[in-house]
Amino acid sequence: MPYVARRLLQALAVLVLAYTVAYVLLSALPGDAVLARYGSPELGLSPEQLDAIRESYGADRPPLERYVDSLLAFLRGDFGYSVNSGAAVSTLLATALPSSLTLALASLVVAVVLAVTIAFTASYGGWGWLRRFFRGLPPLFVSLPVFWIGIMLIQVFSFKLGLVPAIGATGLQGLILPMLTIAIPIAAPLAQVLLRSIDEVRTQPFVTVVRARGASTTWLLWRNVARNALLPTLTMAGVLFGELVGGAVVSETVFARAGIGQLTAQSVATRDTPVLLVIVVLAAFTFVIINLVVDLLYPVLDPRLRAKTAAAPKLQGATR
Amino acid sequence: MSTITPAAWDAGATHDTATIELPAPEQAEPAQRDQPQRDQPQRDQPQPKRPQPEQPQQGQPTGRGGRPRAARSTARRPKSRFLSAGFLVPVAAILIGLAWAIAPGLFATGSPTETVGPALQAPSAQFWFGTDATGRDLYTRVIFGASESIVGALVAVLVGFAAGTTIGVLAGAVGGVLDEALMRLVDVLLAIPALLLSLSIVILLGFGTTNAAIAVGVTSIAVFARLARSQVVSVRVSEYVEAAYGSGGTFWSVLWRHILPNSLTPVVALAALQLGSAILQISTLGFLGYGAPPPTPEWGLLIAEGRNYVATAWWLTVLPGLVVVAIVLATNRLSHFIRGGDPA
Repeated sequence: MPYVARRLLQALAVLVLAYTVAYVLLSALPGDAVLARYGSPELGLSPEQLDAIRESYGADRPPLERYVDSLLAFLRGDFGYSVNSGAAVSTLLATALPSSLTLALASLVVAVVLAVTIAFTASYGGWGWLRRFFRGLPPLFVSLPVFWIGIMLIQVFSFKLGLVPAIGATGLQGLILPMLTIAIPIAAPLAQVLLRSIDEVRTQPFVTVVRARGASTTWLLWRNVARNALLPTLTMAGVLFGELVGGAVVSETVFARAGIGQLTAQSVATRDTPVLLVIVVLAAFTFVIINLVVDLLYPVLDPRLRAKTAAAPKLQGATR
Repeated sequence: MSTITPAAWDAGATHDTATIELPAPEQAEPAQRDQPQRDQPQRDQPQPKRPQPEQPQQGQPTGRGGRPRAARSTARRPKSRFLSAGFLVPVAAILIGLAWAIAPGLFATGSPTETVGPALQAPSAQFWFGTDATGRDLYTRVIFGASESIVGALVAVLVGFAAGTTIGVLAGAVGGVLDEALMRLVDVLLAIPALLLSLSIVILLGFGTTNAAIAVGVTSIAVFARLARSQVVSVRVSEYVEAAYGSGGTFWSVLWRHILPNSLTPVVALAALQLGSAILQISTLGFLGYGAPPPTPEWGLLIAEGRNYVATAWWLTVLPGLVVVAIVLATNRLSHFIRGGDPA
């Protein structure tokens, strides 16, 4: 399987490069993190003490050595310590992850439901104006600032209607608004892909034949549209993941919800680069894995690609 | 000329057809009338160009008509496309936004940081968008904020366009090891979620409007590079490029005279699309507090400041947000139009 091997190698190369880029970006800082944390006059630390602190963080050694060491430590699963709180980054992540994962998964489900609803109504809605309205929704949704969606939801559902407490809601209640905030912009590209698939399938000659043999619209949608829409949707998986991460940062900030997003925002505000480095690299790692899986799944899901296996890798390399 | 296939001809339509003889207008007229689909709006695809001498014209001189190209292209694309609401409304919105950015003084008399009335006044005839917590006129602030947000977005797109197109064109035109290396770098830029990448760069450069704009620009390098590369790769194998090499063109001259002009149209459409997304991303950085510092009326920051008054002063978040949405929607529709979508 030369294609699989090549694809794996490529993913590995991108991962190492991603770590390098993030490392260079985040530790080539002009004002170093130690100074930002311990340099304030109130602490009254002498330059020698600052140097000692630097040494304890290993910040006084040559850059290349530090880079290699940090990469090796990273591979061992040792993510270092937050400059800001002194806690191990892995502990910070472990406490923040569950809430963010719940939020992300819930948002994804809502986004898919929303996208299917939009695409279905825009194609099969009863009235012309209804179809046109729903067709206009995806372009509108991608034009909304995510943080603004969150604030508008708070305004309507918390203050005007009083349905959900604005801040400090827990459990499912606390999940609803942040989830919608993330889901709305993600639903838009999904709905567009679905719409395009429905439009494409509807104009195919075989649909007439299938219909003539008594197929219902539902059957047609499940059997043909869903299958046709699956592949382009899968290609978008990586991009959607990026949107999810960005959405989590914004919505967790807007709703003051603990999680990876808020941890990210905090670490930027306090220039806590070790934390941000780990978050960036793990996000890149997830993205690369998602794309790898999608690429390897492609020939499995699409018989057309399986038939011409020889051509498939080349074709994907060119279009990606 | 006889060797040019219709496909190559279409691909080269923006550039290389300039040297091809045009039919005289008197000849073109009857030829077009014969085509049944003439009344249908022809959108992205120009009418299939038939080699001219197919229809013998009786009594017409066969010399070249020498009609200007511009006239020809309007004949092919019905005027209605440019007069439709799908084109005019976005253009008007963008022009207004640009005018705000260039000359805010024309639209608002006061200063954006000056207290002009009581705090937290609802929108009225005097204060169109109401006033904020310190009694500043929100309408004035939104208008002065346009220069922050729109100029920032232009900077961002310029950074992404320049760097991305350079990378993409080099990778596509040179190929080989350079292509492989550049594309892996692009893969990395794509792999890091846009917001995280821009946050990392903002940390590196420091907070501020320009830095936020540059950071947002860097996140769009990858898409520009990808698109430019795929365009160049497809143009590079076309016959007129081969012909240009064959007639003694050097690498750079062919790149400049033939490959670039024929591959950049989609990239320009992407730039228009990126403008909207750059405004969104810059306002997000501003909202999170990593963009312009507080007294600046940057749009994201305006909304962030209004956020503390959601319960009492809806206009502080709703109205600036609507302005952002209107401008972003306009750039998205315009980009859709440039790419030749239907003006809906």
